[in-house]
Amino acid sequence: MELLKEFRNPIHARTLLDELHRITTRPWVIMEICGGQTHAIMQSGIDQLLPPQIELVHGPGCPVCVTPLELIDKALAIASMPDVIFTSFGDMLRVPGSHGDLFSIRAAGGDVRTVYTPLDAVKIARDNPDKEVVFFAIGFETTAPVNLMSLKQAINLGLTNYSLLVSQSLVPPAMHAILSSPQNRVQAFLSAGHVNTIMGMWEYPPIAQQYHIPIVVTGFEPVDLLNGILQTVRQLEAGRYAVENAYSRVVTLEGNQPAQRMIEEMYEVHDRQWRGIGMIPQSGWRLRPAYAQYDAEKRFSLSHIVTQESDICIAGQILQGLKKPHQCPAFGKECTPRNPLGATMVSSEGACAAYYNFARIREGQ
Amino acid sequence: MCLAIPGKITALYEEGGLKMCKVNISGVTQSACVETVPDVQIGDYIIVHAGFALNKLSTEDAQETLELFRQLAEFDAQIRAEQESTE
Repeated sequence: MELLKEFRNPIHARTLLDELHRITTRPWVIMEICGGQTHAIMQSGIDQLLPPQIELVHGPGCPVCVTPLELIDKALAIASMPDVIFTSFGDMLRVPGSHGDLFSIRAAGGDVRTVYTPLDAVKIARDNPDKEVVFFAIGFETTAPVNLMSLKQAINLGLTNYSLLVSQSLVPPAMHAILSSPQNRVQAFLSAGHVNTIMGMWEYPPIAQQYHIPIVVTGFEPVDLLNGILQTVRQLEAGRYAVENAYSRVVTLEGNQPAQRMIEEMYEVHDRQWRGIGMIPQSGWRLRPAYAQYDAEKRFSLSHIVTQESDICIAGQILQGLKKPHQCPAFGKECTPRNPLGATMVSSEGACAAYYNFARIREGQ
Repeated sequence: MCLAIPGKITALYEEGGLKMCKVNISGVTQSACVETVPDVQIGDYIIVHAGFALNKLSTEDAQETLELFRQLAEFDAQIRAEQESTE
């Protein structure tokens, strides 16, 4: 579509960059929460074109990266069981568990399949009534509706062999955790536009008010990102801290309300572990007790899970914006996308993978 | 994960009890569930994530945003001209 190509038009990018250079007078640290945005920033080179006073730090918005190790180990245990077809988004297959990953389970004979959408996992369940079909339902708010819609469809079709291994994380509690950390450097957020597409913007003004932090809902094209950064810097320079929408063609204040109603009906909020970060209160969703029979953690007997994390990987500090990937001694050496020590090197949204793929190898590159 | 791509709806249908659509994304036709975006019609633009429509895309809003960039470019050119004339 021609109109949307305009959001990659270098003329608009130049206009926004010129304005950013004109108005920026002081150093500012801005966090883009979403790992998809981290990759878009690196790919388009935006980080190298900004005024030198603006530092972008990369947030925890990478669901593959923050899925707790214990749950990866549970996935490996379930996928190893006979009569199980374990389905997942492709990114999860190389995420290291305590011992191996889903690829190694597949190599050992496990039936592990990647799907483009969980709705395809339901089709697999329908076509294989004698198998247990499990979908690894990871994601932030963006992915919650499609994960739940697959379960809803399975229930409507009368399937009893479909279940979800749920790892759903929520953005606003992570923002609280980052901002209330004594080590915090973040002065503003680019909010992940597709999370807001589902959830709207109503959760964010109390955060902006409490911490005096501008929050700008931002899209994913290069011009969208520059527009989000410009609106953020305008606020910072003026001492304002409001929630603004720089992605209005997709995001509304109220969000997708039918999707929010479905989430409310099927999920409940709980305390969730984030890999590398630790427990963040009230930061995840899990299936409500009424759906317990479709909850893979309850459906399968999963005792004896003892987790063991890499003692070299600093993914947790990277996910909190405290360190950059190239500051890790293992970066590009022991740890590469082919042989990742941590999930941040695996995912197409992980900051380490972005730095590796787009050659931000040293400080200042 | 949170990547979502815009596309144009070319057909609406039902499958397994769900409202679905065919959506043209950069020339490739895919299926997407429109169950939580109930008022969509053929020709509408939606934003698709993992085979699921997150919301409709407003072309009017896209145009308004681009218009702001054009105004900003004019404003910047004006400022630059003024600076040059005072130098």
